[in-house]
Amino acid sequence: MRKTWQIASRDLGAFFSTWMGYVIVAASLMITGLLFNSYALGNDPKLSAEVLADFFYFASGISMVAGVFLAMRLMAEERQMGTLVLLFSSPISERQIIYGKFLSAFIFSMILQVVSLYMPALVMVHGKISIGHIAAGYLCLSLLGASTIAITLFASTMAPNQLVAAVGGSFLTVIFLTLWMLAKVVDQPFRDVFEWLSIHSEHFVPFSNGLVNLKDVVFYLGLIVFFLECSTRTLVGRRCQG
Amino acid sequence: MTLIDVQGLSKFYGSHAAVRDVSFKIKEGEIIGLLGLNGAGKSTILKILGSFLLPSAGQASMAGFSVEFDADRVRELIGYLPDRPPLYEEMKVVPYLRFVAKLKNIPHDQIEQRIAEVLRKTNLEDVAWKCLGELSHGFRQRAGIAQALIHNPRIIILDEPINGLDPVQIVEMRDLILSLRGKHTVILSSHILSEITKTCDRILIIDKGQLIAEGKESELESTFVTTMRIVAEVQGDVNIPSLKAIKGVRHVEVAKKIDAQKMGVSVSVVTLECEGDVRAQIAKNIVDSGADLLAMGREGNGLEAVFMNLVQASKKTVGKSNGVKHA
Repeated sequence: MRKTWQIASRDLGAFFSTWMGYVIVAASLMITGLLFNSYALGNDPKLSAEVLADFFYFASGISMVAGVFLAMRLMAEERQMGTLVLLFSSPISERQIIYGKFLSAFIFSMILQVVSLYMPALVMVHGKISIGHIAAGYLCLSLLGASTIAITLFASTMAPNQLVAAVGGSFLTVIFLTLWMLAKVVDQPFRDVFEWLSIHSEHFVPFSNGLVNLKDVVFYLGLIVFFLECSTRTLVGRRCQG
Repeated sequence: MTLIDVQGLSKFYGSHAAVRDVSFKIKEGEIIGLLGLNGAGKSTILKILGSFLLPSAGQASMAGFSVEFDADRVRELIGYLPDRPPLYEEMKVVPYLRFVAKLKNIPHDQIEQRIAEVLRKTNLEDVAWKCLGELSHGFRQRAGIAQALIHNPRIIILDEPINGLDPVQIVEMRDLILSLRGKHTVILSSHILSEITKTCDRILIIDKGQLIAEGKESELESTFVTTMRIVAEVQGDVNIPSLKAIKGVRHVEVAKKIDAQKMGVSVSVVTLECEGDVRAQIAKNIVDSGADLLAMGREGNGLEAVFMNLVQASKKTVGKSNGVKHA
């Protein structure tokens, strides 16, 4: 755990010592603010809970895009800069490297969530919503962001550079995002499988309405662990092949 | 005491053998030079010894620990500098070394002391708080060495440590490598023959992934160099027939030149092609004939001749086996 944290803290520092971290925070805040004003609040009268559900709906998209941008560099940059050799020649396991990298991007995505808290707080002050509803929504944004980070980290482990990692991560994320469409045109049992695998629709909606289902939490955690383990195995394979 | 034991090591990329059946042993405290042309397989061998590339066949062990099965123990034993120093450009030198020290399991209370030591040893004190991305090539190379030394490893692996350095930096790097003698076992790779000669106790010559020769420079020379060119500067008459009569001398050439320091005095430059080292007999012959011997030396680097002979022989062997005749 100590080694994992060392990797995570160095990478977290790297987000803030380059323009990358600040640009992601600024862009994310600006887009969230604009959409909150124009889409969630809108011009028509709405219940506070509906405003909050709309906020979580577009914030989930921003969380996923930010996840791709945060994770694309994690391993691809190490390879590009030649620093992977340092990690490979140190007494640290591939799993510690991958989980450390994931942790850094996840903490950064949590910072993004925290700075957007003022918007639900405004709804809470001027309307009638529960803290539980906000907590459920943010839990889902965190899980969705973490899933995208894990997926893109896997792409970053395989990709030769950050651009390919971003394209690969986006491609995989879009596949998982649009599986519900595929579910509509296939027969059982594939319909249920594709619906269950879709990372947004079936698993996201209950959260945005303030409901936390254990099966949805388990789904996201399972997806995250699956891709982190795939990344670990890929890194082990890279060590064998050179 | 044998510290590094490599037996039948091979690494294949598909059907291409980057390293083929390489075996050698290295004793504790030695400085070993891995010499070979670009693409000969030096870096692949070093990566396997660094325990971040698995061999396709064979075994390598460091202090009894297998690079394949005890990777973490091996990684604690080694400091590794790849051909491109593994530096995080956005980090400053001291925080970078602190990060590496933690990765290498240095106890928390010893980290600052170790950083101060390696900064002093690698002359990085003046740039200790500069970003690694802002450093010149020489300083980057030193920072790379500093990260390899930070945990005071028993074995230091340096892949092309003098690549791209200017002459002053090369001398500094050479001194730094020589300062490691005795305290660490050093394996360094290079294709620059003069540096290998100046720094290494023993040389392993690699060609096309195979170890084609190993030994001290003098041993390699006596085994593989059959002819030697000796150049002598002589003032006075040169007795060419008596020089030719010396056993081992195959050919003698004489050229006249005017010595710039002794205006108007003619000096003969005698070039002799010999089998084996017969410098003592030649010197005695010149002095006995009544001439003054001003200077004498062998032409070219001995190791260069060894290397060229071996590589040419290796080419011919491959040529024969392929049915191709090399020029």
